[in-house]
Formats: sequence, C-alpha cells, structure tokens
Amino acid sequence: MTQDNVLLRVENLVKHFPINRGIIFQRQVGAVHAVDGVSFFIRKGETFGLVGESGCGKTTTGRTILQLYRPSSGHVYFGETDLTRIRGEELRRMRRHMQMIFQDPYASLNPRMTVAEIIGEPLTVHHIAQGSEVTERVQHLLSIVGLSAAFADRYPHEFSGGQRQRVGVARALALQPELIVCDEPISALDVSIQAQVVNLLEDLQQQFGLTYLFIAHDLSMVRHISSRVAVMYLGVIVELATRDDLYGHPLHPYTQALLSAVPVADPVVEERRHRIILEGDVPSPVDPPSGCRFRTRCPIAREICAEKVPDWREVSPEHWVACHLV
Amino acid sequence: MADLLDVQGLETQFKTRDGVVHAVNGVDFSLKEGETLGIVGESGCGKSVTMLSLMRLIPTPPGTIAAGRAIFQGHDLLKLPMEEMQHIRGARISMVFQDPMTSFNPVLTIGRQLTEPLELHMGMSGSQARGRAIELMQMVGIPQAEERLNDYPHQFSGGMRQRVMIAMALACTPQILIADEPTTALDVTIQAQIIELVKHLRDEIGMAVIWITHDLGIIAGLAERVMVMYAGYIIEAAPVKELYKNPLHPYTIGLMGSLPRLDSKDRHRLTSIDGLPPVMYEKAKGCPFAPRCAYVFERCWKENPPLMRAGPEHTVACWWDVKEGRAHE
Repeated sequence: MTQDNVLLRVENLVKHFPINRGIIFQRQVGAVHAVDGVSFFIRKGETFGLVGESGCGKTTTGRTILQLYRPSSGHVYFGETDLTRIRGEELRRMRRHMQMIFQDPYASLNPRMTVAEIIGEPLTVHHIAQGSEVTERVQHLLSIVGLSAAFADRYPHEFSGGQRQRVGVARALALQPELIVCDEPISALDVSIQAQVVNLLEDLQQQFGLTYLFIAHDLSMVRHISSRVAVMYLGVIVELATRDDLYGHPLHPYTQALLSAVPVADPVVEERRHRIILEGDVPSPVDPPSGCRFRTRCPIAREICAEKVPDWREVSPEHWVACHLV
Repeated sequence: MADLLDVQGLETQFKTRDGVVHAVNGVDFSLKEGETLGIVGESGCGKSVTMLSLMRLIPTPPGTIAAGRAIFQGHDLLKLPMEEMQHIRGARISMVFQDPMTSFNPVLTIGRQLTEPLELHMGMSGSQARGRAIELMQMVGIPQAEERLNDYPHQFSGGMRQRVMIAMALACTPQILIADEPTTALDVTIQAQIIELVKHLRDEIGMAVIWITHDLGIIAGLAERVMVMYAGYIIEAAPVKELYKNPLHPYTIGLMGSLPRLDSKDRHRLTSIDGLPPVMYEKAKGCPFAPRCAYVFERCWKENPPLMRAGPEHTVACWWDVKEGRAHE
C-alpha cells in the first residue's frame, strides 16, 4: 500500500457512548457502539467519501476525527501529530487546519450573529486578523463562495438554505484549513441547489488544494465527488476502494445491496436492473450481532459469519473488504 | 380506459403576513384507473398542496381553494360537503405522508388506529376489524402482526411505521393511493423495500397511485406518466420514458443535469440551475422560470406559456423549442 502524501490517518478508532441508569448513583448499564474500530487514511488533495445509512456511525466518525468527541480508543494522526494525545491550547492550534461543514444550515449558524460576525469569528479567535482586516477578509470570503459582499450585515434567517450553506462554507474556509470534514453538506437542500453547492466545493478544492472527508448517504453524489470511498455499516467499515472499483466491482454483499437499492433516473435502465432487497432493519448498535455485523440481513450468510469477525483484507490493490465469503 | 379523476383549473392560495401566496396556479391533469402518475418538483412547487386540496385537507384559513374542479366518480371533490368528503377520504382515496412519526397519533396503539377506519368506513364490528387489521399488517410484511397491534407508534422503526401507514391507507381498498414523498425520511435500503411493497400492492389491488417526490430516480422505475411542477404550475408532462429520453422544458433538463447518476460513465460537472425557486405573491405575468432560465428571451417576460402539445402525449409550457433551438410561433 502506498501511503505517500497522507494527510490524515485513522487507526482503530472507537467511540462508545455510555448508557447510564439511576438518578443519583449513575452506573453504566451499556454502551452505544457508534464507531467500533475504524481505520483508513486520506491523501492530501483527495476527496474521501464515507457512506452509510443513518445510524451507521459516519457522522460520529467525522466528529471524533476532529476531536469534537474524544475517542474511546484509537488514534487520529493529522500529519505527524496524534490528535487524540493533545489537548487545550495545542489542540486549538491544530484545529486551524481542519474545519467542518455541517448538515443543517439552519441549526449550524447562530441566528443572533450577522454573517460577517459568523465568518469573522474564527479569524479573531485564532488571532489571525483584527479590525478592518477582518472585514476585508470576510468580504473576500463571501466573494469566493459566490455571495454578494452586501450580505455581510444580514442575519442567517434572511437567507435560503443554499445561501446559508455557502455561509457555512465561507466560515470553514476562513482559517485556510487543509482538511474540511463535510458532514452531509447538501442533504437538506433542494436538488437544483445541491448541484450549486457541490460545484462550489469542487471549485474550491481545485483553487485551494483542499482535502475533503465527504460524509453522505447519497451514493450517487458520493460517487460524483469522491476519489476513494468507504462504506460503513453499524460502526465498522465493510468495504473501501477507489471510486471506480467500489461502484464498478462492489465485493461486500452490503455494498452490493446498497448500490442496487439506489434508483437511477432512467426508466429504461430501471426496467432491467436487478434489485437486492434486504430484509428487516439495521440492528441496534447497543448490542451489535456477533461475528460479522451484517450477517443478520446478509443474503449469503453462513455459520462462520456468526462465529468470527471477518478480517479486514486488501483483496486487490487499494480495495479492502471485511467479509468471510469474498 | 376511463378517467378516474379529472382535475381542471385548480388554484389554491394561502394568506400570509407578507401577502397572498399563490401555491397552485391552475393545475389540470387526469388519472386513469390503475395508472401510476408521478409528480416531481422541488419544495414549495405546489405538489403537496395540489394533493391536499383534492383531499380537502387545506387548513382554512389561511388556505383557500380559489378555483377549479376535481371530478371523481361523478362528484366534484372540491364542492362536496365535508361529511360526504369524509366517506371518500381514507375509503376511496387515501394518502400516505412523508413523515410516518407525525402522521400517527402517538397515544393510541397501532391496532386502534388501524381498526378505526374499518369500523367507520366499512361498518365492521370490533373483532372483524381486528381480524382485518392483522391481515393488513401481514400484507405489508410486518412480522408478528397480532402482537404488534398492541404496540404504540414509537415502538416501530421508521420503515415499519411507513409500512403500517400504508396498511392503514389500504384498509378500505381505495381506488386511488396518494403517496406524498413516503420514502424521503427513510434509508435507501428501506426505501427500496417500501417501493417494492407499493408496486406489489398496486398490481394486486389494481388501484391508481399518485406518487409525489423530488427524486427523479424513484419516479423512473415506478410511474407510467410524469408531471413536473414549478412555482405552482405544471410545466411539463409526458409518459415516463418519453420524459427522461426527451425532456423539453429547460427546468426539467436542468433538474436532470443536476443529478449525478450512479451509472454515468465519466465524471462531468453537474449543471446547476442558478438562483432560487420563487415564492409566488401573485400569478406569474411571464414564465415563472424565466429568471433562472438559460434560454430566456423577450416573450418569456411578457406571457406565461400555457401547456402546449409537443408530442402525442407530451405537453410542455415553454416558448422556446429546445430541440430546434428557436422560438415557437
């Protein structure tokens, strides 16, 4: 495996959320296994797609990488630095280099702050600019994301969803980060607006050499924007490959079912497609199935799948999969 | 086949603090028996309001159905007294909503909510209705149907809840099922389950389906005919294969270009549509899409194009002939 130019390396990342009972004497009675041993790396300048259905742990993975949640165990190397080992001022200094764009452009902008304050805040917090310099930078950032400089003094509620997401992008760009974690950045937007924001993200990547971790449930959009893609199911990555490999030759039965379930906007194609319909729902992450986590819904599961956790193997260059039967 | 439903000139408006919002502006369409019609559009295009108007579920005030008629089995749904409407709603035309959590009563068991329409519309006794409810739950693929009747809505997962919703809608074997984005809140593997279920039940019962969505992908594999709505107008309508092969309205073309496809060969830039969908405080003087349109010319600002024939079953509301690259006469 070539690991040149790696910007971010995640090793065996685990995040469990405790479930507590009792009012005064709280004791832990269990844990939500949100992320359970996830490893991957992201190269400089690439877009790494992380897909999965709701509750699979993709958002928690993103937030744990940025240390918005502290991991239960595992390591996150940003360059040479292990983010899980640093805290306080040291961590804050590292945060300059990694920013986040959130899913909900309505909830992620403070309604009492003007757009100029929202975008300018990271600049003052990190002592990068002051006074009129902040104003200048904000105006520049607004123009980069395609908003008029006249919008600077307006409040978030005066904007449409797509425009708010542009404000969110401008805020993320303010510190000139290397890595941006995009957590479902377009899923709250209308179809015609989604394309606007995705095109903007692609342009900015080219212009500033950004690296994206693109978290989404929309497989078509992830295919469009990513160079490599990982598929998550119930807290673990089940398959990871380059975009063309993953979509062209999916190996894991879950990836295959997931891809077959995505509707294609073409009636002629739809007529001929074979759809793998999975039975039932995703099991609870409080008590995940033994062995392979997908076995309860897997159409080809055998005995071994319940007994042994499948190894994470590289079956062909850059194509990793965790399944006994591949 | 005969038209099961015929809607003409439907207009619905809402009074708001900022003025009267014209949500639906003269919608004409018909639905044949057993047909599946897809209605596509972005949020605020009037697709849901059109259906809620037909069901007479528009909250009045602030909403009013300002004009139009909707003939269903000899009755005009828009003029029917509310008591008679109640015999049609849920019995002969029923509706499935987007959010299966908010469309149930959280303090009643699923069993109670399923048996209510059966007792009300079909005059069944308590035990008859319970028996039928179990059948319905099994029909939509809910395991341990009998025990689960005693559960409350929150005890079901999102996909299961939507199945119960469908069971409830089908309780009285309606002639028309209106599905308003029923899979938008669901994961893609669960969405596939629900779509398969509706297709299967449609073919079994032989009902007509109106499926509202913003997802051009879902419609492609489901509908026979598709209408595209924008700003309260139908701007294009055609049989499904014709529409996808040969979209004629610049908005339809834009929508299709803004979708990345799972099966596209090479990576190309998405064609985005600039600007935002409008909020209609008055009826459009020109074409409502003109401010965002790439082909706009003089006439578009002055006259709103009506739906015009573009093929045997293809209608489009646009002054520009995209294929010929010139204006229509």
